[in-house]
Amino acid sequence: MYPSEYLYSKEHEWILVEGDTCTLGITSYAQSELGEVVFVELPEVGASFNSEDEIGSIESVKAVAEIYTPLSGEIVEVNSDLEDAPEVVNDDPHIEGWLVKIKMTDPSQLEDLMDAEAYQEMVDEAS
Amino acid sequence: MSDSTAVEETAPQRTPLYECHLEAGAKMVEFAGWEMPVRYGSEIDEHHAVRRAAGLFDVSHMGEIRVHGGGALDYLQRLTPNNVAKLQPGRAQYSALLTERGTYIDDLLVYQMAKDDYLVVVNASNIATDYAHMLSVPHPDCQIDNHSDRYALLALQGPKSLEILKRHTSTDLENLRYYHFENGQIDGKSCIISRTGYTGEIGMELYISPEDAPHLWRTLLASGADDGLLPAGLGARDTLRLEAGMSLYGHEIDDTTTPFEAGLQWTVKFAKGDYLGRSVLEEQKENGVDRQLIGFEIEGRGIARQGHRILVDDESVGQVTSGTWSPTLEKAIGTAYVPTAMATEGDPLTIEVRKRRLPARIVAMPFYKRD
Repeated sequence: MYPSEYLYSKEHEWILVEGDTCTLGITSYAQSELGEVVFVELPEVGASFNSEDEIGSIESVKAVAEIYTPLSGEIVEVNSDLEDAPEVVNDDPHIEGWLVKIKMTDPSQLEDLMDAEAYQEMVDEAS
Repeated sequence: MSDSTAVEETAPQRTPLYECHLEAGAKMVEFAGWEMPVRYGSEIDEHHAVRRAAGLFDVSHMGEIRVHGGGALDYLQRLTPNNVAKLQPGRAQYSALLTERGTYIDDLLVYQMAKDDYLVVVNASNIATDYAHMLSVPHPDCQIDNHSDRYALLALQGPKSLEILKRHTSTDLENLRYYHFENGQIDGKSCIISRTGYTGEIGMELYISPEDAPHLWRTLLASGADDGLLPAGLGARDTLRLEAGMSLYGHEIDDTTTPFEAGLQWTVKFAKGDYLGRSVLEEQKENGVDRQLIGFEIEGRGIARQGHRILVDDESVGQVTSGTWSPTLEKAIGTAYVPTAMATEGDPLTIEVRKRRLPARIVAMPFYKRD
């Protein structure tokens, strides 16, 4: 269920690493816990963040989830389609529902992330 | 079910429909000491089903307290602010338990079952508090029993709800008026059929014995499937009640707010004897209140939630009590307390939502009214 080419954070985000550019989204588990997403608030392109900074938020009918970046770097692209179609985060969280692309400045931070198997284990324990 | 007074310390309780919820694919959450379904699939679909067709809710966590005996009427008149003498057997009344300060211990329904026999229906989270409070108020010639374990409660709500239920009962539902009820039968099982609800739609609340509940749940769901009936969870229940402008204990009303502040002055009557909170409420009727509950719509992107502050010139002047996405209006709505001088429909508000300031506008409640 969780793509093996992705890395995963404890905050239920997935990260696809392509060179020094990392695409970040929330996992299927995270969207299912949140329920239907009605707003996605994303950072400005060009903004820089440190790892564990809040970079935006996702609002569902009943709850809000802050998005924390596990990686330091600069936002190089955001998924602006989500402004008009936030439900894509529910419908296709692992592909079309991506949130931001970050140009990472410290690849050693990838070592703190989990692979798909470890993430699956964490989710199984939580549910 | 176990004793409801043990709610706080123990594992969450389960209603008689717990297995039915799992069967229907519910996501279960803990609510008021109970393990309840928050949604089965999409809470927005469940919401629309209730507005356009019908929805079936398990609200068995609600509490039922029987008050009976020759002194029951006098006792309930002393206990609650509405006029219980206006009730007759077969009628229900929305009212409250208030402190001496006129603030809410809980809101509730009083059903008159027969002469000198009443059923008080209270919020799940407050059963133990309410029951203790009720016992603490003098009740000569009057027996007060917590019968919460004796009832399961299903709410069948929505424009198709009568049509669906009609197939299973001989009770004349068409002529059962709002806030009236009948002791009837559904598929041969005894049931209190009450024309009440918490959604802003027509509908019924069905009080039945716990052992009959799973059968009734499955029967109604199967019967209404072609009508668009969906099982609906607490998520939809909350968005529906908020659109309909109905208060929820712990949000719009609590032990710091009075009926006059909450816009529920219609539940407060003075053409009756003394009751808990009366003198404070009389004073508020005379002099008005300093703050008032208002409804608002958010004008930007985002949702204000309970506890977010209302700002005027960087100063907090009030707080959001409920906030959600409204599936019917397709915008974010909410309720808040603001100073009475500010409570003018159409006026702008600024709400601090986490690090942002969202523009909002005061609007009339209810947000939604059925045609």
